[in-house]
Amino acid sequence: MSDTLPLTGHARADRTPHSLAEWRAIGGYRAVERALQMTPLELVNLVDAANLNGRGGAGFQAAKKWRFMPPVGTSPGIGSNYLIVNGDEMEPGAFKDRFLLEAMPHQVVEGAIIAAFATHSAQAIILIRDDYRAGITAIRRAIAEAEAANLLGTNILGSGFNLHMRVHPSAGRYIVGEETALISALEGGRAIPRKRPPFPAQSGLWGRPTTVNNVETISLVPHIVANGAQWFRALSRTEEGGTKLYGVSGMVKTPQLIEAPMGSTARELIDRCGGVSGTGVLRCFQPGGGATPFLEPADLDTPMDFGHMAKAHSMLGTGALIVLDTGTCPVAVTARHIAFYARESCGWCTPCREGLPWAARILTALEDGTAKPRDIEILRMTAAEAGPRGRTFCDLMGGAMGPLASLLARFGDLVEAHLDGGCPIRRGQL
Amino acid sequence: MTLPEDLKQQILHAVAEDGGAKAAMLEALRLVQQAEGWVSDARLAQVADLLGVSTAELDSIATFYSLIFRKPVGQTVILLCDGASCWMNGGDALRQALMDRLGIGFGQTTADGRYSLINSACVGGCDRAPALLIGPDRRLVGPLSPEGVAQLLEGEL
Ligand SMILES: Cc1cc2nc3c(=O)[nH]c(=O)nc-3n(C[C@H](O)[C@H](O)[C@H](O)COP(=O)(O)O)c2cc1C
Ligand code: SF4
Repeated sequence: MSDTLPLTGHARADRTPHSLAEWRAIGGYRAVERALQMTPLELVNLVDAANLNGRGGAGFQAAKKWRFMPPVGTSPGIGSNYLIVNGDEMEPGAFKDRFLLEAMPHQVVEGAIIAAFATHSAQAIILIRDDYRAGITAIRRAIAEAEAANLLGTNILGSGFNLHMRVHPSAGRYIVGEETALISALEGGRAIPRKRPPFPAQSGLWGRPTTVNNVETISLVPHIVANGAQWFRALSRTEEGGTKLYGVSGMVKTPQLIEAPMGSTARELIDRCGGVSGTGVLRCFQPGGGATPFLEPADLDTPMDFGHMAKAHSMLGTGALIVLDTGTCPVAVTARHIAFYARESCGWCTPCREGLPWAARILTALEDGTAKPRDIEILRMTAAEAGPRGRTFCDLMGGAMGPLASLLARFGDLVEAHLDGGCPIRRGQL
Repeated sequence: MTLPEDLKQQILHAVAEDGGAKAAMLEALRLVQQAEGWVSDARLAQVADLLGVSTAELDSIATFYSLIFRKPVGQTVILLCDGASCWMNGGDALRQALMDRLGIGFGQTTADGRYSLINSACVGGCDRAPALLIGPDRRLVGPLSPEGVAQLLEGEL
């Protein structure tokens, strides 16, 4: 099973993590042994050939990011390169990294060792959301076991490679997960995004070359090294390599995490969850979490990978599929998302700081039936001015505009219908 | 009361591990909170002293993070998910049941000091919606019905 389900095939139903000995007994850390016999460049080329896209939301190719990392001694200044594993997971609808951290900690540590070697990093930091206490404990234990077995530390397995790894527990605030804000946080500042360029690979943590990768991205790396690029690509239904850990929630009968070939469809995933709950009829879905635009039943058979979702005018995001039945109002769902992003804004850019709370108020007014036609105009202006991307310092605002803009574009009539006394679905008129 | 010696040692260890006093500010606050439930003004000043940073700078970090508490909280903290998937699956009714039963709103603590209720970002339990996190381990509980609230508070869930 672990041949087709590399991320979850070995997981235990109750999520008890493996000890180092147990992990090794099922082939764990052989990928590290193999990787350390390769050169960093060979590893980057292997991951390139596997076409591993980052699973943190943007789908940026992992190898491309790694290739920017200068070998030791070739970047100005002193100090190490850094590898940071992003386990801040707070996107509404996302619950995949929780599982990988809690149930498969050695997989994360193993992937981080290989990624650190490939990026010439002597320091690796795994940032974990404070609420994931079981994940923090599991990763800390895995690191300690790996240290004791010389899989971490100095001269790892006699290879000459040195790596120190530690956990940084965070303490709330969604913006911490944005990679430049995360770097500010690790340096001890408030987690506020930084200007790019310079990109983290040029100047990241403490001004050193830094790679930030998502927990799921890192967890896939050992399997690529162990089984090869061709195998990895063959797991997928599309050009983008691997399996994807989809998280299906909302109005489905049995919400769950599903590891499936990259490019699986929403129809298949919803079917595996026993179908749509509530009315039993699908109204729309968000393919990748709160910050991804709504899609409609016509897109049920579109492959859910980064490329196809973008072509369908949405995003794969975190692969957190949020399902709305016909009894659930997308205005109400958007209102909740926007209220969240408004609260979590770091407050640096005016459209984000001022625009999101305003949009949140209007959406609430629509639900309550107190909104005026002019308010819908303001929502349209906000979405047009701020979105889709690039008008603000970081992507929090652009992401928040995803559901809002698609709500207005796809469900304009439904939004307008809220002007006569509030949500028509709640009033039983739709 | 001065900073307990073991706490001091833990903080100094974090300074060594995290790359300096500034980088260790958050961890120091977490350690104080882990030991005492919250970060008082007195502790803030002592930790700032130990780290060699100003109290204002340390407080700018403490107040940035939503899960560093600068006011006392109850013995048991409940973080209720405000994600859309929980809302779709009865999150509002769960919130109402919690507030009715505890007699408090978000950001408040019961008069007997036992519970605090906090509005949380999606808790990453969408497969168990509606869900909440409870206690020092942030144990994930869900799906939780309004009827289940009494059981949860009586320690039966
Ligand atoms: C507001 C905001 C929050 C983010 N939160 C996370 C997060 O919690 N975890 C994560 O892996 N990436 C998050 N990202 C994306 C990161 O900035 C970064 O792209 C990602 O960690 C890179 O990993 P990958 O290349 O493996 O996908 C966030 C981005 C934004 C704009
Ligand atoms: S877009 Fe929002 S969260 Fe991002 S930097 Fe600007 S204000 Fe901060």
